[in-house]
Amino acid sequence: MRLTALLTAPVLWLVVAYLGALAMLLVTAFFTIDSFTGNVIQQFNFGNFQDMLTDAAYKNVVLRTLGIAISVTFFCTVLAIPMAFYMAKIARPKTQKILVALVLTPLWASYLVKIYAWRTMLEPGNGVLDWLLKPIGIHSPGFGGPAIIIGLSYLWLPYMILPIYAGLERLPNNLLDASGDLGAHNFYTFRKVILPLIFPSLVAGSMFTFSLSLGDYITAQIIGGKLQMLGNVVYQNFSINLPFAATIATIPVTIMALYLYLVRRTGALASM
Amino acid sequence: MQKKRLFSRIAVASVAALILAGCSSGGDSASDSGVPKVDMMKELGAGEGQVNLVAWAGYVENGSTDPNVDWVTGFEKETGCKVNVKTGATSDDMVALMKTGEYDVVSASGDASLRLIYGGDVAPVNTDLIPNYADIFDNLKMQQWNSVDGVAYGVPHGRGANLLAYRTDIVKPAPTSWSSVFDVNSPYKGKITAYDSPIYIADAALYLMETQPELGIKYPYALDQTQFDAAVEVLKAQKPLIGEYWGDYLKHVASLKSGGTVLGTTWQVNINLAKGEGTKVEGIKPAGGSTGWSDTWMISSKAKNPNCAYLWMNHIASPAANAGVAEWFGEAPSNAKSCDLTADKNHCATFHAADDAYWADVYYWNTATEACLDGRTDVKCVPYSEWVKAWSSLRNS
Repeated sequence: MRLTALLTAPVLWLVVAYLGALAMLLVTAFFTIDSFTGNVIQQFNFGNFQDMLTDAAYKNVVLRTLGIAISVTFFCTVLAIPMAFYMAKIARPKTQKILVALVLTPLWASYLVKIYAWRTMLEPGNGVLDWLLKPIGIHSPGFGGPAIIIGLSYLWLPYMILPIYAGLERLPNNLLDASGDLGAHNFYTFRKVILPLIFPSLVAGSMFTFSLSLGDYITAQIIGGKLQMLGNVVYQNFSINLPFAATIATIPVTIMALYLYLVRRTGALASM
Repeated sequence: MQKKRLFSRIAVASVAALILAGCSSGGDSASDSGVPKVDMMKELGAGEGQVNLVAWAGYVENGSTDPNVDWVTGFEKETGCKVNVKTGATSDDMVALMKTGEYDVVSASGDASLRLIYGGDVAPVNTDLIPNYADIFDNLKMQQWNSVDGVAYGVPHGRGANLLAYRTDIVKPAPTSWSSVFDVNSPYKGKITAYDSPIYIADAALYLMETQPELGIKYPYALDQTQFDAAVEVLKAQKPLIGEYWGDYLKHVASLKSGGTVLGTTWQVNINLAKGEGTKVEGIKPAGGSTGWSDTWMISSKAKNPNCAYLWMNHIASPAANAGVAEWFGEAPSNAKSCDLTADKNHCATFHAADDAYWADVYYWNTATEACLDGRTDVKCVPYSEWVKAWSSLRNS
């Protein structure tokens, strides 16, 4: 009985505020609107899903968003592994603490400030990147897909570094030594010893970078030029056609559910 | 196992309760053909101490943008109504914000006002309670976008045309028509901008009125399917030219300033802001006319601060405040007496406040409906909801 009482508040919170909102989203996706006033009409139909599936534009935006989320996850992983390895295995304890603090500091600054900073850096023609890279003949990519990938990779990098760092810290050093003693090269050790052991950390990190990129729309708005992501479609429609926005919003939910299912299949969730 | 079952039981119960609650509330949205009946305010009481506004950028200035531009502080002191303002980027934003019921007053353009009236989101306005209403230009009162069946739904604010902005130091020769933003061989490819709203389809339609008269477009908000498709094609061809679509006026001004945008559609207020920051930029109303707006201050049917709302509507229609907004935003004032109070004595002449001929080729934003607004009865026109879909599809393709 006491357990019930104790659990009710948090469970109610989780269910009403969190799952409840998701349920309402799903229900709203089947409603429609009055074509003139824009008021929601609560009448069950599949019209929104039909619109979404028949218009090639939405297939493109899903693929584009997926591509961006995957690229961001990839770049974050590639950047985070060496960084985390240095922090966990090579740096001295004192440096280690400073590095962890440095990785965390960007999280203290506002998202918007950081993205607007990237806007001035990426500005084609007179931005910081152009000024810096012109001598070696490289131009800023300008606003668009590459800019979004750069911006999001920058934003979510700490979320990838920290789990990998935690995973590497738990990895005993003597495993690496043993591998070396048995004649494995560094890369072979990395592939056969380190990678399998930090795989759950990679999965944890990728869940952050992937899902955060999948739902983002502000970065695309500020440095995406005319390019739109799934979040922008929702943002664009929610004021005019709420049910259609809800329909679009079910896509990232489905993708994430699928992703989590696949992760579960690999068993990484259990060993996290 | 016991725990799990407990959790799921609470979960199922709460979701069910929530869905029931969600479905039963908001049941007042039943749409009938007419205007929902909303009561009009009978007499003015004491102010509530605050008023919440939804307005276009530049309509409600308290001196924080420019210390010399302030018509809010005086009002607050005089009436005790603190003014809270939320800036809407597009008419669609404004309609959505007003539907929340959290705002008292809105400065609605013609493509929002009728949707708000027919949606039951705004109340009729008792113009007897607004002394300054008497001085408003007669040809702005009781128009099809601010009244229904002889009942006024708001106080006219002012009107203006959407302008063609260009960087005078970069775009040479200076553009003279809208074709400069639709020319697929434009040398300014990638540095052209367009307004990020479905209503921009009307700009393409206006361009077609001039360049393809055989389509027979008479009014850019009344497009049959063929005309509509042609307009969307124009926008599809234009897309490669666009660097950024703008909705956020501050970002737009920053783009004009940095040279990321050198040519495209804008408002006079953006030109003023960019010039204020030293940008060499001009805005013109090209030959062949322009889309534009004629705005109306409307009161929410769910206003929590109706007395302060009426006080605000009276204040913003007063000659001094109306002159201030008109001059800051760069539009023609609605109050005839404003013209004596503008800092630039030629303002009303420059903006053609009383010059009906000038407004003949300005097509105020309007909400497209299935019944063609240009009076054609032999075809069905494409309603605004389809404009929204087409725009969303265009932006995401």
